[in-house]
This record gives sequence, structure tokens and C-alpha cells, in this order.
Amino acid sequence: MNSATREAFGKALAELGATNPDIVSLDADLSCTTKSATFAKAYPDRFFNMGIAEQDLMATAAGLAACNKIPFASTFSVFATCRALDQIRNSICYPHLNVKVVGTHAGPSCGEDGGSHQAIEDIAIMRSLPGMTVVVPADDVEAEKVVHAAAAYYGPMYLRFARLASPTVHDEDYEFDLFHGEVMRDGTDVAIIACGMMVPRALDAAEQLAAEGISARVVNMHTIKPIDADLVEACARECGKIVTIEEATIVGGLGSAVCEVVAERCPVPVKRIGMPDIFGKSGPGAELLDEFGLSAENIIETVKSF
Amino acid sequence: MRSDMQDIAKQMRIDIVEMLAAAGSGHPGGSLSATDILAVLYFDKMNIDPADPTDPDRDRLVLAKGHAAPALYAALAQKGFFPREDLITLRKSSSYLQGHPNMQTTPGVEMSTGSLGQGLSVANGMALAGRLDNRDYYVYCIMGDGEIQEGQVWEAAMSAGHYGLDHVIAFVDHNHLQIDGDNSDVMTVNPIEDKFRAFGWNVMTIDGHDFDAISDAVDAAKASTGKPTLIVAETIKGKGVSFMENQVGWHGVAPTTEQAKEAVAELMAQ
Repeated sequence: MNSATREAFGKALAELGATNPDIVSLDADLSCTTKSATFAKAYPDRFFNMGIAEQDLMATAAGLAACNKIPFASTFSVFATCRALDQIRNSICYPHLNVKVVGTHAGPSCGEDGGSHQAIEDIAIMRSLPGMTVVVPADDVEAEKVVHAAAAYYGPMYLRFARLASPTVHDEDYEFDLFHGEVMRDGTDVAIIACGMMVPRALDAAEQLAAEGISARVVNMHTIKPIDADLVEACARECGKIVTIEEATIVGGLGSAVCEVVAERCPVPVKRIGMPDIFGKSGPGAELLDEFGLSAENIIETVKSF
Repeated sequence: MRSDMQDIAKQMRIDIVEMLAAAGSGHPGGSLSATDILAVLYFDKMNIDPADPTDPDRDRLVLAKGHAAPALYAALAQKGFFPREDLITLRKSSSYLQGHPNMQTTPGVEMSTGSLGQGLSVANGMALAGRLDNRDYYVYCIMGDGEIQEGQVWEAAMSAGHYGLDHVIAFVDHNHLQIDGDNSDVMTVNPIEDKFRAFGWNVMTIDGHDFDAISDAVDAAKASTGKPTLIVAETIKGKGVSFMENQVGWHGVAPTTEQAKEAVAELMAQ
């Protein structure tokens, strides 16, 4: 409970290894911190350290997938989705191979390593690739279920995990549904659609807004592509306005995906919270989130500014 | 070596010229230079059966230099993966024969390629899967000599050496030319052999148009254990069509109908 989603990834991958012999894990010299090392320790024959070579990492995973393995290829989000983008595009997505691209340390909560290491554009980039599924779990409980769901689903998938520990907002018996967003709190005045560790902040904001007489719906949109368009439309129709929040650039990510649905199905005002077309910087991850407005306070202010 | 290899390769070259002329675009030079390698692999060496294309024990081939797709399609059609008459649909909007190989659409294509430098990594992954499954199949990878300027090739060379992937048999189709000119003018690739040896590979250099030499090199690669094998195939870009041979301009330009007729007549006479 209350651990980082990357920790849950490592745990779930090792669990999968025990039951599915086709699961293989590849990493690029970051297994200790992406937590694929847990799998590596348990199943050394099915773990391949590719060294600091992300392009080789992704295309090797493609080759394994072409021979019916289920590779989880992990590294920091920024290297997975930027350094190895062409490999993900041409060797994984174009042939629609069953590779799970795992990015950890995503977003400014990555912290002290600074802007070079904080993926903000990964959701936007991965979302634009035909056939790619993009999932950002809200907490450790959901992250573990996401990894199991990824193994059970055939097709390329990008899984985004965080470095920082964050509050667990799901019960252990939560039933994860890959293609349906989760309404975590009902409300009628505004819908707050969040992903990743912004979900607990959205719940906090809704609680505080309730005290002020504002009824906020909170949606955990864990799967950003394909997005649960029916749920987005319902939010637009029933709440009339939407705030999105993600630990990523507002250009092309969750907020954009929501706007696309809203614009086509039920135009209502949408305000997007995220990184406003800027890179991150060094600092303690939790402080950076607040500094960049990725906070319950900013959600509340934004809701009130409609 | 089967006695009709010359005829097989000749038919492939005729098919390449004709499909490119029909397409009106594409890459004849590097298709013709790789033809004899593909002919020997598909018709003498590889364990593949068009009637059982998903046999888990089959050998795999990754055409890393995906622009030589016409040569691959010519081999696959003659092998029986799809009808030869479909070859002239190459690059047409209704065709399953894409400009670069697409495993989603084309029977017998084991990997989609086109963006250079990725194929060797994919071949390594296929070999790792075979090792995990205790299967004895070989994975062939055909790279271009210009292609090895891509940094990823050297990441993959390092991996194959590190993991001792002795079921990876890679070729460099060393025709010495790339789009902008001679390799040596664009970006020096030599000495290819020393570089791969330094990465832990078993390396051979052969005449890439000598069927027996290609066959013997593959046999030697299979006999070698603990290391991946690179076969540097010295080839002639545009091989078999005299007006294309060693002409950089024929890298990525299709012959006209008239030029194709002339080329086919020359090939028929060989």
C-alpha cells in the first residue's frame, strides 16, 4: 500500500513469471530502479539486460514477440518513448507486435534528476502511434492489475509508472477494466478527469469542493488510449464542464484526448491542467508537482474559475 | 547445391526488374545485389515450408535492408508463398506487397522492416526466443553496407556477441554504394570484418554472387558455436543488368518499360 507504481510493476511482473512461461523481461541497465530486477532475480533465463541501448532493447523485444513471447521492455519513460521512438513505431506498432513498453520515472515527480529525465511528452507521443494502447495507473493496486491485464491482452501497449510513492486509492479487490474509466466519486457540477498519481489529488480536491457546496465527479482515466469516449461524453452531458489533470504536457495527452471526444460528441468547456508546454527541472518530486500546479489546490482554483 | 540455382536466381532477377518497372518506383540496385544470397537461403538452406508458414521450428529471415523488398518478394513467390503473377502489384494501393516488407500483409515475411538498422536487433530477439524454447532454428539477417552506419546496428552487434547468439547468421550485402555515392565517400564503413570481430562475432568474407561460397559460408556458420556469424558478401549493385551494375543512380529508380525489356533480354541470355 502507498508504494510507487514502479514497485507494483516489479511485483506483478514477477508474479506473472511464475504462471506464464512466455513472459520475458528486458531492461537497459535500469532494472534495479524500474524494478524489473525482481523478475530478473526469480527468472534469470527470461531476463535480458540489453545494456544502455534503448533502440536495441525495443527491437529485440519485437523479435521475441514475433516468436510468441510476451516481452516487457522497461526503462525510464523518457528514454523508452523518445530515444527508441522509431523502434517502437516501426518494429513494434507497425507490425502490431505484442510488446509491452514500460516507462518508469515519468513526469516531474521523477524529481532531482531534472528535466532531461522527466518524460512529459511520452503520453502524447505514444498516443499518436496507430494500435498503441496507453495506460497510466493511479496507484500501486491498480498498477499491479494493469500489468496482469497487459499480459492478457494481445497488442502493443505503453505502461507509464512513477518513481515516487503515492497514496493508494483502490481496495485490493478492485476490479480493473482496461477499456473503461473508473468513476471514483460521483458529482454533477464538474467532472475532474485524472490519471496516474493525479487521481488522489483529484479526490482530495473533490472532497474540499464538496465542503464548499460544489459537487465534483472524479474519473480515473487510467487508459488514455483507447479512451473511454462514452464516459467522457457522459461527464460532459451530466456535469457540463470538465477539468483534466495529468503529470505530463497538456499538449497531446489526457487533456487533449478528452477535448477530442468532447469537441466531437458534446462540446462543453474543458480546462486542462498539466505541464504547460515547458520542461521539468530538478527538485524534490513532490514539491515539483505542487510548483507546477499539479495539485489539489490548483484543481480547486481551476474549478472555481469556470 | 541444387543444380537449378542459376535458374532460380535468374528468374528472381527478371521478376525484380519487371515488378519494379510495373511499380514505377523502388530499389533495383540493392535488390539485384542481394538476389543470390536470398536465392541460396530460400532454396537451399532455410527450413521453411509455404504450406506450414507458422511452424515454430522454421528458420526466419529478417530483411533488415527492407528496400530490397522486391528481391524478397521474388524469392517468396517462387518458393510458393503467394502467386508470382501478384508481383506486378508491388507498391499499388490495392496490393499486399508494400514498398517495404510488411509481415502483417505478406505471406512469408517474418518481420516488417524499412527503417534501417533495426533488423539485427529483431533477429537477435528471435534467436533468444528460439534458445528459450530449445528450438534449433536459425535466424538470418540481411543488412546493407550503408545500413551499418546506423548506430543501432552496433548496439545489436554488441548484444549478439554478449549473448553468444550462434543461431544468428547475418549478411552484409557489401555492394559499396549507397544513395549519395560510395560508402567511402559518404561515411566509411570498412573494415567491417574487424569491427564485428571486435564485438565477438565469427566473420567471413565471400563472393556474394558465388552460390557455392554462400552455401559453404552458411554451413561454416552453423558449425561455429558460441558466437554469431557475420558473412560479408562482396556484391555488385545492380548485378546481372549491365547498365545498372555499379551505378549509384540505380539505387532507388525504377526502370522504364523499355529499359526493363532490355534488362530482361540480357538476363534471359545469361
